[in-house]
Amino acid sequence: MATATDSRRPASKGEKVADWADGRLGIYGLAKANMRKIFPDHWSFMLGEICLYSFIIIILTGVYLTLFFKPSMAELVYDGSYGPMNGIHMTEAYASTLDISFDVRGGLLVRQIHHWAALIFIAAMAVHMMRVFFTGAFRKPREINWLFGFLLLVLGCIAGFTGYSLPDDLLSGTGVRFMQGAIMGMPLVGTYLAMFLYGGEFPGDDVIPRFFSIHVLLVPGIMLGLLVAHLILVFYHKHTQFAGPGRTNKNVVGMPLLPVYMAKAGGFFFLVFGVITVIAGAVTINPIWVLGPYRPDQVSTGAQPDWYMGWTEGMIRMMPGWEWVIPTGHTINFGVFIPLMVVGVIPIAIALYPFFESWLTGDKREHHIADRPRNVPTRTAFGVAWLSWVFMCMIGGGNDLWATHLHLSINSITWFVRIGFFVVPPIVFWITRRICLGLQRRDRDKVLHGRESGIIKRLPHGEFIEVHEPLAQEEMHTLTAHEQYRPLEAGPKVDENGVVRKQGVVERVRTKLSKNYFGDAGQIPKPTAEEYREVTSGHGHH
Amino acid sequence: MKKLSVRRRHPLAALVVLLIALAATGGLYATFAPADKAKAEESSAQSLAIDEGKKLYQVGCASCHGTGGQGSSDGPSLVGVGAAAVDFQVGTGRMPLQQPGAQAPKKPVAYSQTEIDQLAAYVASLGPGPAQPNKSDYDPAGGDAARGGDLFRTNCAQCHNFIGKGGALTHGKFAPDLGGVTPKHMYEAMETGPQNMPVFPESLLKQKDKQDIIAWLDTVNSDKAEEPGGYGLGGLGPVSEGLFAWVIGLVLLIGVACWVAAHTAKARKS
Repeated sequence: MATATDSRRPASKGEKVADWADGRLGIYGLAKANMRKIFPDHWSFMLGEICLYSFIIIILTGVYLTLFFKPSMAELVYDGSYGPMNGIHMTEAYASTLDISFDVRGGLLVRQIHHWAALIFIAAMAVHMMRVFFTGAFRKPREINWLFGFLLLVLGCIAGFTGYSLPDDLLSGTGVRFMQGAIMGMPLVGTYLAMFLYGGEFPGDDVIPRFFSIHVLLVPGIMLGLLVAHLILVFYHKHTQFAGPGRTNKNVVGMPLLPVYMAKAGGFFFLVFGVITVIAGAVTINPIWVLGPYRPDQVSTGAQPDWYMGWTEGMIRMMPGWEWVIPTGHTINFGVFIPLMVVGVIPIAIALYPFFESWLTGDKREHHIADRPRNVPTRTAFGVAWLSWVFMCMIGGGNDLWATHLHLSINSITWFVRIGFFVVPPIVFWITRRICLGLQRRDRDKVLHGRESGIIKRLPHGEFIEVHEPLAQEEMHTLTAHEQYRPLEAGPKVDENGVVRKQGVVERVRTKLSKNYFGDAGQIPKPTAEEYREVTSGHGHH
Repeated sequence: MKKLSVRRRHPLAALVVLLIALAATGGLYATFAPADKAKAEESSAQSLAIDEGKKLYQVGCASCHGTGGQGSSDGPSLVGVGAAAVDFQVGTGRMPLQQPGAQAPKKPVAYSQTEIDQLAAYVASLGPGPAQPNKSDYDPAGGDAARGGDLFRTNCAQCHNFIGKGGALTHGKFAPDLGGVTPKHMYEAMETGPQNMPVFPESLLKQKDKQDIIAWLDTVNSDKAEEPGGYGLGGLGPVSEGLFAWVIGLVLLIGVACWVAAHTAKARKS
């Protein structure tokens, strides 16, 4: 601040610059408030950083690619440095991608960094989201930030799909055709929408330039805004932490942003960049030069979208190809229309879960301590079941490769996925919940009876017992720090005047769900201090 | 001239003309057919090959294809499949069949090339069919890879994938990976349509077209195929790329995250 300059000694150069900047930007106040911001240390809290850094890498490499890429569907005959495509008709988009790969200095490397970083970006977002989900870090006050993150994931998929389509090669062109089919599958409006998007009959001349605008301008712009908002909210809410001695819902135990986290984060950025660059330098991704330019009359087997769209591919592949021709002569294609309707259900199911849970618990308090997944068995089971649901769709999306590489019949795989889509998630849900309850029992046992030491002792009367070592105080605290909800009571059937109390369906469902979540079957009561004292007082041993 | 005209009505004139004609024919034949002996040898070699082939056939093939190549409930008729089909099926080890199934897989070859040629000669003798191609027909060096790529994407990629890495068909059938298949066998496969593959006769894909396709596969899916982007992950596209991004990429990065998290600043004790 200006007043900080002492008049008795001349200000150093650095001070002068800082003073100048502060007078105009108010940096001092910002820095003072945030420089010593504390962040807890845990590897899983760095998953979001992987997303952030791969996003930055994507933007940097993407800018380089726009310098050379021509988003045009004008046709030309290739005559360039890649021999096996010489004399082939193609669009400028495809030809310029060949040029980027073979003629632009570093072009192929940058293209591969861009694409690998994109795959890793979305994978990291998915893992980051799962971390937040399974630790309950989406609870108040972080629901909005959860939605921001979810939107970033959805937009990441859109950015990925549009980017994958830009080179106009035979693989991505098939994806663009897939999309056109999906749009046309919508009753009434489908054909109009398709004509509008593609600027006429498929493939038209417009889709690549339009995807280009969406890919380099619209979607990244929104993502950047959401990303900043996401980070501001992380600062504002402060980071969650796992339970432990000295850690409460009201503090954050960790290291300050400056200098520790700045150094760590800066170093981590370069590590992420390095790993992605090594992968991009050693492993091919999307070798468009052998795929050939897109032509609507050509198609290849093994045409899949990038992994993050694999579940949509799977839904189309598993859906029987039903279609009706209604009396007006119009076709309703259920084979495409039904998957298109259901496709939104899977992401929305996980996106809205936090609101469902807060409605169920009725808990209006803030939560800054992250849950261990085992301590909320039903939520954890729901999350794993959801993952298995997505995974079933992914298997369906790659059914041909499962068939050729495991020597199976593609028809059997498709039927497995059709049935598994409905059957596997409930089974996974049940198994996961059992595992969580088992782990809770083990924690309870450890707290009350200590850790098995492996030492067998023979008592004077001949009995053998295993010596259990009591846990350290801190460990016991960590294992019992979580809070356990009680199930909602149904409330009396009649009110105080003896009149039958109306109980709505919603309330009854909520009571029942609450019992499932927090009743005897839903969680193992954590050991209480009394139980511990009773067990350790001597006479209650085992 | 007079003598001739006087005697042309002689009763022996016809005989004389006949003798002269025979002598001329014989003389001309003797003059212009010096390869007579070699022809006969080749023909006997051919019939020898057919005989040998027939013996091999009776032992190795007849149980399914019938004693005369007429086919049975266990195997199709071989009349008219041609030498090319035999050379492909036996030369890639698909025949003799290991076990009945959705499709005969490639496996170690059971016969020597001489025996295969003998079998081919025998089967070719059952009825006319595609012969074994000459090297100049299928040599990838003589083909145009770019044109072949276009033809491949139009005619073959639906089942065999962009660069012939193979793909799934219904009920356990499959289009095999074309990496490592010899150009001759590729040519024969196109001519004869083995297993579930359609036939691409001269009327569909000309010899030049086939050679171009072979040149394309030689460029992108063989030992000498260049991989400018680095290791190709099997050429299978986004599925293997996605798997790699998760299993190697993300796991590496999470490992790095664990390492960074484990190396934290220590509070100085003072």
